[in-house]
Formats: sequence, structure tokens, C-alpha cells
Amino acid sequence: MKHLLRTLAADITGNVIRLLVRFLTAVRADWKGIEPVQKQRVYFANHTSNGDMPMIWSVLPPALRRETRPVAAADYWLKNKLRAFAGGEVFKAVLIDRRREVNDDPMAKILAAMEDGASLIIFPEGNRNMTEDPLLPFKAGLYNMGKARPDVDLVPTWVANLNEIMPKGEIIPLPLICTVTFGAPIHVHEDESMDDFLQRAADALADLRPREVKP
Amino acid sequence: MTPTIDLAMAGPTGSIIMLSLGGFAILLALTLFGEVLRHRQPKDAPNPVLETYMTRVESWWGMVALIALALLTGRFGVSLLFLFASFAAMREFLTLTAKNRADHISLALAFFVVLPLQYLFVWLGLHGIFTVFIPVYAFLLLPIVSALRGNATRFMTRVAETQWGLMITVFCVSHVPALMSLDLPGYGDRTVLLIAYLVIVVQLGDLLDFFFGRRIGRTRIAHSLSPKTWEGMACGVVSAAIIGGLLSGITPFGVPGAMLMAATASLVGMFGNLVFAAIKKDRGVKDWSHLIPGQGGFVDQLDSVIFAAPIFYHLTRYLWAA
Repeated sequence: MKHLLRTLAADITGNVIRLLVRFLTAVRADWKGIEPVQKQRVYFANHTSNGDMPMIWSVLPPALRRETRPVAAADYWLKNKLRAFAGGEVFKAVLIDRRREVNDDPMAKILAAMEDGASLIIFPEGNRNMTEDPLLPFKAGLYNMGKARPDVDLVPTWVANLNEIMPKGEIIPLPLICTVTFGAPIHVHEDESMDDFLQRAADALADLRPREVKP
Repeated sequence: MTPTIDLAMAGPTGSIIMLSLGGFAILLALTLFGEVLRHRQPKDAPNPVLETYMTRVESWWGMVALIALALLTGRFGVSLLFLFASFAAMREFLTLTAKNRADHISLALAFFVVLPLQYLFVWLGLHGIFTVFIPVYAFLLLPIVSALRGNATRFMTRVAETQWGLMITVFCVSHVPALMSLDLPGYGDRTVLLIAYLVIVVQLGDLLDFFFGRRIGRTRIAHSLSPKTWEGMACGVVSAAIIGGLLSGITPFGVPGAMLMAATASLVGMFGNLVFAAIKKDRGVKDWSHLIPGQGGFVDQLDSVIFAAPIFYHLTRYLWAA
């Protein structure tokens, strides 16, 4: 019973978050390189704000959203009960411990989630990008995932405008229009080196960036 | 018996219902006309002009229904409807303007304080406040908030573009519901009809400009900006004047006055459309957003009304108000 209530609460919270995000930012999905169909995928995205993940999650159609789990930092999502509820039950995140002293095998958790058939949302830069560059260098995770599961589509996913909607350190989000662009999927080629692949993945992602307008 | 006399005798509610029914009848005719043309079009070669026309007509169905509903609920409903329209329009506008982190608070104030306050003043009918609130107070105070963050990079561009967004999407748009607060002798509680009148003459003028421009348009007004032609615009303005004259019964202007007011509003609106075309061209976008299916955004939909509303408001006030 208690479990049922919590699931219900998580469902409702999820819908409230989705509606709020939609009302505030009128977020739009641009399915440029793929169709929104049920297929196991890893959406790898640029990371400029804590709003990135809810934004991508909100634009996925319900059937896809149910199968999709974000990979997120345990230290952030387990900080208090509310976050733990949101991270664990609303978003059903795969929580990764980023602290060096903890001997946690993130890749094992990620692969287990993929084994269960889940699609994932990951931010291969590892940290929020505070620089003027479009992307930080990618961490190895994406390569390892592509190597372990060559059957899964790796989909570059560009979230535009979020650093203006909710810059780090600000409390009030601005209601500007956010666009999430899904590009053509990539895979790790047979004898491709990790560096080559990560560069190719970063290029595929950066290509989705809308044309900058700097008068 | 002409429709002019009919409308003059009805109260505002009767007139609103009649106008809405008239609007729906026109839309039905326009829809049927488009469907017939579409039927004749070969399947493999859709006509882009026809499709543009049809999406325009389709979005008008929703607009007519929404505006009619708001007009029936009176000043509060109308203010609320345009508050949301302003919000959506400002969101599109400020998405494309120059800004950086130092503007975060001033932009948040623009959205969450300036916008609701402006509509509160409009709803309360405080003419002396809502006509200066954004051009004076917001104009001076928001740049102060941005300057406090101490970032000078493209400061002028940032504050100017933010102010422009506020003026266009909040200040100008709010002059549509503001029409209801005008005190026009002998016109009583029927000021709500001025909104219907303004929207009808401007939008129909636009539609006929588009129609005639495609048919007989030769001379582009601003070649690199927009397909608008002088011929199309002239036909649109004349049509707006005729429609305005026919609707004079719902206005306090009299037939010649109504024709002149309609022509002025329509003309200003069309040039406004040109200004928006220039902004979009500069920012490299085709539409302001994707929010109205097949139509672009709220600014695309409102554009000529945005320019026409303040001029129409002030002319009405100077020439006819008590």
C-alpha cells in the first residue's frame, strides 16, 4: 500500500514537473536525426545547468520517458529526502558516486540498467560546463557503453538556451524558450580508438548547436 | 436593413455574439473556399500559398473563439487573455535578444513583476500609470539592476534590447485591453467592442493585403525583408477602411471616422509587420517560435495588432474621449 502511494506520488510529481517545465520554457523537441520511437538508446547531452536532465526527460513522449533513466550524481540526488525521492522515484535515476575515495563501480551500474532494457540520459562532460567553449572534453563512459553494447543507439542531444534560463547560482528560472535537438545516432566503430570516438561524439553533439546570433 | 443598424441597437453582449457569429460565418466561408481549392490541387504538388492561407484561417478559428469568450467575460477576462499573450510573446522575444548572466535579475523582474503590474494597472484602468510605467519606470530601473552586477560587456545592446522587448510585447500589447477603460461619451459600457473592431479591421486588412499582394502585387516595399507589396498594402488598407465603415455601428466614430480609424490602424499594423520582418531577418529566424501550429509564434500572430493598438488607443482618446 505504502509502495503504491509512493509510486502514485512519484507519477504525479513527474507530471507536475513536466507541465511546469513546459509552461515555463515552452520546451520543444526537435527530432532531427531520429524518430521518437521505442528503441533502446543512450541520449548523451551537453550539460550547462541542473535543469538539463528534467528538460530532456520532459520532452520525451510518455512511452519513451517510462523506459528512460538519467545517469546522475549520487552526492547531488541523495543530499536530502526530497531530492532522493525526485531522483530515485520520479526520474528513476541511475545514481553514480563521483567521489574518488568511494570504490563504486559506476560502469557496472550503468551496464546493469542497460541490461534491464532501459534507455539512458548521460552527460559525458561529467560536470556542468561553465566555460565559453561549447563542450568540455568527454569522459570515457560513453565509449565504454558503446563498446559494451554496440546494439544500442548513442543519440547526441543538444539542450539549447538553458544556461540563460537557469544559470548556476540563480534561483529564479527565466521563462525563455528551450529547444532539445536529437541528432542522428552514432556507434563505436570496430577498431576505433577511445579518443577518436569521443572526438567524433563531441563533434556530432556540437553540430546540433543552433546558429549563434551575435550582433 | 443593413447590419450596421442591427448592431447599433444591440447591447455589447448582443453585438459580441453577433460579431462572433459573423466571424465564424466568414471563417466557415474561408475554410470552404480553401478546401475547394485544395481539392482541385494535384495531390503530388501542394501549393505553398494555399497551405499558408489554410493554416492562417485555421489558427483564426481558435483566435476568434478565444477573443469572443474573453470579450464576453468583460475587462478582467480580456486583461487576463492579453496578459498570457504578452507573456508568451515576451518569452519568444527575449529568447532572441542579447543578454548575459548580469541581466538575470532584471529579466526575471521584467517577466514576473513588470508584466503582471502593467496588466494590473490596465485592468484597474489607471491611464496615468500604465502609459508611463514601462517607458519611464521600467526603462530607468531595469538597467540599474543590470548595472549593479557590474558587467559592461555589450551593456547598451543588452538593456536596449530588453527594453525593446518590454515595449513591444507588454506595453504595446496591453493597449488592446486598455481600450476598455476609455470613457467615451454616449458609448457607455460598449468599449469592449472597440477591441473586436480593432482586431477585425487589422486582421482582415492583413489577410486581404496577403491575398491581393499575391494576385496583383508588383512593387515590393522592402525587397530584402518581406514579400509585402505597395499594391497589396493599398488594397488591404482600402478593404480595412470599407470593413471599418461597415462596422461603424459598433464604434463611437461615425462612418467616416470609422473608415479613417480602420485605415490608420491597418496601415500602421502593416508597417509594423515590416519591422518584425526586419528583426527576424537580423536574428536569422523565420518565425518567433513554434507555439502556434503552422503559424510560428505569438509575436507572428500579434504583430500588426501590436503596432496598431497604442496608436488606435491614443487617437480614440484624443478625438473621442470625454
